Amino acid sequence: MNAPLIIFFVLAAMAILGAISLILQSHPIHSALSLIVVMVALAGLYLLMGAEFVAAVQIIVYGGAIMVLFVFVIMLLNAGVEERTNVSKLAGWAGLPLAIALMGFLAAAVARSTDRVQAAAQTGATAPTKALAGLLFQEFVYPFELTSFLILVAIIGAIVLAQREKEKIRP
Amino acid sequence: MIPTHYYLILSAILFGLGVVAFIFRRNIITIFMSIELMLNAVNLAFVAFSQAWNRLDGQVFVLFVIVVAAAEAAVGLGIIILIQRNRQSLNVERVDLLKL
Repeated sequence: MNAPLIIFFVLAAMAILGAISLILQSHPIHSALSLIVVMVALAGLYLLMGAEFVAAVQIIVYGGAIMVLFVFVIMLLNAGVEERTNVSKLAGWAGLPLAIALMGFLAAAVARSTDRVQAAAQTGATAPTKALAGLLFQEFVYPFELTSFLILVAIIGAIVLAQREKEKIRP
Repeated sequence: MIPTHYYLILSAILFGLGVVAFIFRRNIITIFMSIELMLNAVNLAFVAFSQAWNRLDGQVFVLFVIVVAAAEAAVGLGIIILIQRNRQSLNVERVDLLKL
């Protein structure tokens, strides 16, 4: 067994255990910390695949910005341990088998789709980040500009949603 | 070299775990985090295919997905703050105005 395969299995186990921990923890802040473990493991997997820039963005934007936002909101709202209300009958009875079936179908379908892929030979040792920049700013420049507009809309939406209504006077 | 379908199976497992968390958790913040987990699983599949085909388009799409996830997180957490303010609860079972 060679070294990359061992690293892959360690990181994959980290990601899966983090995801299971996200499901089992009853306090949202513990779930958030588990999700950070998953994201760091995925960043390691991106590095293993030679996608350095995506790995860096994953750590900075996902592990940094988005998860800090989550933790911030959890602390702001003082979210406590999740109260146990009964799950709807359908979800409680059929939810887990259906979810596992979905997992199996997805894995089977997606893994079978690589049969044709293997023909495409792994050739290039180019500088991926440089090539990525070329692709992003030339071929995908209009979608890139649209995402900046999307972020602007999101900022305005978040401000409008989170501000207090001025005329309402609270006792 | 790690076979591509290892990554894809891991991606499917993470997506399925995200679905399980989405179905069974009652806290709206945790449900939101499970959506992020599913987006991450999709990103992993994108990068795996990008590596398999030896093209970089998949990585560009991952960047777009991350941008959309950031925008979604900002707006979604604003909505969560509003729900907490109006209902004094983060339990999705308490947000049932549309229920018969």
